[in-house]
Amino acid sequence: MSEITNILVVGTGGQGVMTATEILAEAAIAFGHDVKKTEVAGMAQRGGVVSSHLRFGPRVLSPQITPGTADVLLGFEAAEGMRWRHMLRPDGLALMNTGRLVPPVVDLGLYDYPDDPVAEVRAAGTRVFSFDASSIANELGDIRLGNTVMLGAIADHLPFSAEVLEQCILKRFASKKPELIELNRRAFAAGRAAAAQAAQAA
Amino acid sequence: MAAVTPVPAQSRLLMSGNEAVSRAVWESGVRVAAGYPGTPATEMLEVISTYPDIYAEWSVNEKVSLEVAFGAAMAGSRAFCAMKHVGMNVASDALMTMTLTGVAGGLVIAVADDVGLSSSQNEQDSRYWGRFAHVPVLEPSDSQEAYDFTLAAFELSERFQVPVILRLTTRICHVKGVVVVGQRSERPVAGFTKDVARWVMVPGAAGLRLPLMFERENRLRAEAEISRLNVVETGSDRRVGFVTSGPAYMHVRESFPDAPVLKLGFSCPLPFDLVRRFASECDQLVVVEEVEPLIEIEIKAQGIAVSGKDILPRSGELSPNVLKPAIARLLGEPLPDVVTVAPMKVFPRPPTMCVACPHLGVYYTLAQLRNVTISGDIGCYTLGFGQPWNALDACISMGASMGMALGLDKGRADSEKDRKIVAVIGDSTFLHMGMQGLLDIVYNRGNVTVLLLDNRAVGMTGGQNNPGTGRGIHGEEAPRIDFSRLVKALGVREERVHVVDPYELPTLFKTLRQESKIDEPSVIITNQPCVLVEDYRARKPFKVAEELCTGCGNCVDIGCPAIHVTRREKVIKPSGKEVELNFVRIESAACTGCGLCLQPCAPDAIVPVEMLAMPIHVVKKS
Repeated sequence: MSEITNILVVGTGGQGVMTATEILAEAAIAFGHDVKKTEVAGMAQRGGVVSSHLRFGPRVLSPQITPGTADVLLGFEAAEGMRWRHMLRPDGLALMNTGRLVPPVVDLGLYDYPDDPVAEVRAAGTRVFSFDASSIANELGDIRLGNTVMLGAIADHLPFSAEVLEQCILKRFASKKPELIELNRRAFAAGRAAAAQAAQAA
Repeated sequence: MAAVTPVPAQSRLLMSGNEAVSRAVWESGVRVAAGYPGTPATEMLEVISTYPDIYAEWSVNEKVSLEVAFGAAMAGSRAFCAMKHVGMNVASDALMTMTLTGVAGGLVIAVADDVGLSSSQNEQDSRYWGRFAHVPVLEPSDSQEAYDFTLAAFELSERFQVPVILRLTTRICHVKGVVVVGQRSERPVAGFTKDVARWVMVPGAAGLRLPLMFERENRLRAEAEISRLNVVETGSDRRVGFVTSGPAYMHVRESFPDAPVLKLGFSCPLPFDLVRRFASECDQLVVVEEVEPLIEIEIKAQGIAVSGKDILPRSGELSPNVLKPAIARLLGEPLPDVVTVAPMKVFPRPPTMCVACPHLGVYYTLAQLRNVTISGDIGCYTLGFGQPWNALDACISMGASMGMALGLDKGRADSEKDRKIVAVIGDSTFLHMGMQGLLDIVYNRGNVTVLLLDNRAVGMTGGQNNPGTGRGIHGEEAPRIDFSRLVKALGVREERVHVVDPYELPTLFKTLRQESKIDEPSVIITNQPCVLVEDYRARKPFKVAEELCTGCGNCVDIGCPAIHVTRREKVIKPSGKEVELNFVRIESAACTGCGLCLQPCAPDAIVPVEMLAMPIHVVKKS
């Protein structure tokens, strides 16, 4: 990785993409990095595409990641991971949730959802670790844990320790119910394990 | 939005540009802040409202917000006003004369340009207003500068007794970066000084203030020449010197680390001497600015040779991968190695209306109406132009649905004598700028049916309060407008005003068909809240009883994102006609039980989740 680390987090409105990126940014600041975070989120609250750019290092200038220079692509939704694959540098890593969110334009029969987004990204020559973060979150009892699962998945692919990232997540729930801390701790561990398992398989 | 007030001075915070401006507004001792929601400016007033010691308000429109801020500044208080770029068009009438009076307390107007059109009807450059109104424009390039420049803007405003425009863009407002903050300093307020020659702008008085305005502009230009907001960064590679402002600076600095750069934070009035000195130190100049070639044209008018929009894109955001090839071409160098991987082909994912959104019932109904032109407005309901409804035919600016509808009526072709004209407008947009249009329809006897979608929120920007919600900016109780009485007061006849539940499709359709046939203005007010605001009460979810679904697909036409097609099947009807059947499921975890999809469901296959496979008719709601 160069002096600047570029992380692209993508998904759809309502999945917690922006919050997840914000937590990654806080962790980078905790490590003393300069940080910039920006979204391309046109009317994202309405189920649209969200892509959140995070850049950190000694000094960050432009907030946007230039296409072809992202170090890691964290895809919260399968087709969205595919949509943004071109942002990765040639040897970059795609961490993809295989969970799908089908938009109305597909239900209306106007477009097709890709048969296997992970396979297509892989066939295009990108290193992919994929896992079903949505099911992991549902098994833990709440789909909203999905973004903690995703953060767990990226935790071992960052230039700083997973533990600091975990602390940044848990800090958010400190003022809330203690059982939420425990649930998020488990979601984070499950995400880490899922990515590690996918790495072995890949 | 967390209140950030307890954060001590010198803290390093991750802040968006909007949050950074808000912090600086608070620290500057501002007493009055006003605004109208609009992406990307909305969060400024939202954050300011969490600080103590500031009167903050959602105004009914941007012009009123600027007048409120100006009034406070006349009274000697520091005042702040925030709006999106198109809001400045609305507020400009007030701006163009307050530049003559000037201000007593500092007045800063933050205008957020949506460069790249992330959520706007146009792309325009608000820096023009600085030239037009002869007021200074400051252009921060990141969150820290958004904070620093806001503090500087108040100092400048008071020193020169002039409103100052703080020009932001989406890429400032919504980018988060590290900001070191300070503390609030309270300022004594002098109070209002009666001075009719200054505050009452009649022709004679205004004429006397014109020369003062131009003299002030000269002094401001002299200030820009020495301002610490304008910085020359020397560079070893002097083949191209860059003159740049706002977020474009970051792209220039990243792309050309060795080039000399003149960074204009105080870009209007333009410091000509500074530019001239900088030009003499470089082989050639390139101006890099978003959106219009304003700095470029002014430099050219000084007889200084520059490149700019001749080699750079005319619209949209700039970035290193735009700048690098453009400069390489200018220098006749081989193009840099830009990785150009084509994006993979994936379906589009346009914004949709929410699950159970009350607008779904409105657009499902409008889609059934024949021989109609639908004049639309700005809000979530603009999405009605899209699939599956295709039920909105025009949209330009806030409140325009009213005037456009009247014009469509009066300008109708002879061949369209029987065409129905319907206008669709939301509650907040109606109060912003639609009321006057409706009055015009009534006064001039227009034949228009108005659908006033009262969902008790400024939905598109995140559900902010307005005079229709009965709550103020802090969520506190506030006087609530009665839309029914309001439109009657504007002259719509009693029997032509209907309040309808948009989830009751038969009533909505009947009322709409009846009113659109009557040759006079009528208003149909829908009365269900936005699903994203606290007034909304979710009901028990539904599911599809698979064995009952006949694949008629009627429910799909509602356009609810919780309804998914599981299987398509082509069948030949007895008539010989081929039809496609769409078998569906409801994502029950997302469903909030509005009941819209039950109503067109032919086989009653949509049932409550807990009542397994028992078909029922649930249409009535409490």
